[in-house]
Amino acid sequence: MPVFENIFTQVQVRPVALELSVGHDDGERVNVGAFSQWLGYLGNAQLGPIYLGYYGVISCITGFFAIEIIGLNMAASVHWSPIQFVRQLPWLALEPPKPEYGLSIMPPLAEGGWWLMAGFFLTTSIIMWWFRIYTRSRALGLGTHTAWAFASAIWLYLVLGFIRPILMGHWSEAVPFGIFPHLDWTAAFSIRYGNLFYNPFHMLSIAFLYGSALLFAMHGATILAVGRYGGEREVEQILYRGTAAERAALFWRWTMGFNATMESVHRWAWWFAVLTTLTGGIGILLTGTVVDNWYLWGVKHHIAAAYPHMYPPVVDPAAAGAVK
Amino acid sequence: MKTIVVVFGAAVAALLTLAMLFTAGWVAPPILSTQMGFRGVAMHELTTPAEKRLIAAANALPDAIDKASPEGDRATSVYQNVKVLNDLSVEQFNRVMLGLAAWVAPADQSCNYCHGENMASDDLYTKRVARRMLQMTRDINKNWQAHVGATGVTCYTCHRGMPAPKFVWFKGAPPKSGGFAATNDGMGHPTKVNAYSGLPADPFTDTILGSKPIRGQATQALPVGFGTPIQDTERTYSLMMTLSTSLGVNCTYCHNSRDFGNWADSTPQRVTAWHGLQMVRNLNNTYLQPLTGEFPANRLGPLGDAPKIYCATCHQGANKPLLGVSLAKDWPELGGVASP
Repeated sequence: MPVFENIFTQVQVRPVALELSVGHDDGERVNVGAFSQWLGYLGNAQLGPIYLGYYGVISCITGFFAIEIIGLNMAASVHWSPIQFVRQLPWLALEPPKPEYGLSIMPPLAEGGWWLMAGFFLTTSIIMWWFRIYTRSRALGLGTHTAWAFASAIWLYLVLGFIRPILMGHWSEAVPFGIFPHLDWTAAFSIRYGNLFYNPFHMLSIAFLYGSALLFAMHGATILAVGRYGGEREVEQILYRGTAAERAALFWRWTMGFNATMESVHRWAWWFAVLTTLTGGIGILLTGTVVDNWYLWGVKHHIAAAYPHMYPPVVDPAAAGAVK
Repeated sequence: MKTIVVVFGAAVAALLTLAMLFTAGWVAPPILSTQMGFRGVAMHELTTPAEKRLIAAANALPDAIDKASPEGDRATSVYQNVKVLNDLSVEQFNRVMLGLAAWVAPADQSCNYCHGENMASDDLYTKRVARRMLQMTRDINKNWQAHVGATGVTCYTCHRGMPAPKFVWFKGAPPKSGGFAATNDGMGHPTKVNAYSGLPADPFTDTILGSKPIRGQATQALPVGFGTPIQDTERTYSLMMTLSTSLGVNCTYCHNSRDFGNWADSTPQRVTAWHGLQMVRNLNNTYLQPLTGEFPANRLGPLGDAPKIYCATCHQGANKPLLGVSLAKDWPELGGVASP
């Protein structure tokens, strides 16, 4: 009896012949495929064959261009020192054009031109990958849920780096490339626009993000917990009594009074994940374009509590006309 | 095979745990917390006994120098070429010289650091700079009480026995990238100044030498045109991180972090800090920058600019320099306000 108790899959399913296809587009897949013991510990032991196709090829090439532009500019910023490149990599940046270049599509390369180019190639790559997801779903006769979930993430990406900067009239409003730089940008962005925590769409996004993690934990735990009854074969068990499916449902009905079904839990999870970036994107889109200071907006709409002051009134010395 | 995987996994986990234990900047408890704002708004100053000991040791006071009488012969009647301390008695004048020798000059050089055989000569740059610094000290004690209060400053506040104060700043070095590679506006390189982030490494040149605005938040809920660019906010962010580390305090020492820009929710310390920023900007422009031509090359920055001051120059990690002890009250010679 297979047992699922930890992150390593203890059972490796190896068909006599490779699982190849359900009868579509066989000709376009490359690599014959093989089994890997190591991959089998984490997931399916079969590696490949992979489908590449036109979208995949374009996506890989443009993605490579983007990473190359970002990486070479980062290397130049430490004067091509391999040691400093590795040491400072988390901090290294490729910043968007300065504010004075507005929406110019040809600022000097050194002052944002490379950023625009990297952004163009990265966006092309991501959108090509989306088409790949969509067409592969169709080719296998699947629904296109994965593609639309991915589209929700792309929406947030496009709002941050493309749509909002255009509405603001400045590429300088976009996010820099870089590990810490994009996080520093995020913190500065929140402070510049008066604290994003008072942005209702930011609130929704956080709720869906944390909710996604919670649902994922609950669902993963439930399925692993009924693994001893073959619970991973979720759907086929729905029709019968006493199965893993029914026990899982009973567990939640006993503890919470209400339970998902084997199908609905996936709908919940899908919507929570999709809404995280969908609402997040709306929140970013409104920032600077419709609302300039979310804290003051919160005060205006009575969602920011007022606290008693512990000090004598503190007045802006500049407004108070202080000399010097 | 399964055993190998388990051993391998355990080894990775153990190595990661070790790395986490010995590379992260852990702080040993107990963490001492002082409430700075109304309950529930998370305004707390945090420190540890070890940190307090370090700060106390770094702010040890110098030996006192006997007071001098303002009566008696004038310094100008005994010494030649007295341009700044010309309102002092001989006794007071000599006391200032003792102070300079003890606080600023290297121990093995003492008077000779600034004076040649002819004591009146201005040949040495150190003397010319010192004269300007004496003027600056008096200026601060007289005109910048909004920041230094009655505590005041002396040479020791910054110098602490060293010819050049430990904490000064220079204009940021030009980017290392050449040709058409991205310059990134000085961002993307960790330094102590930007608190080891990717924020601008030189937040000073524009703000406390130049007079670009430090404030960036909108003062109204809804937009009225394109406001402060994010890049300026990032510069301010970096400057504020410097301020924070210079004083050894958190953001919430001055701000309620839910609305950084709001003065009504801030602490009175923010007003003092505002005057401090005005002060260093003024002093950098009035005293430090104009001395550029006086310094030898080894005292200048990578762009050939004079050493300039910021919060850490005086504060050196303490929210009040020398932990609030006033040396200046015993130094009317330096413009200090005598204790009542």
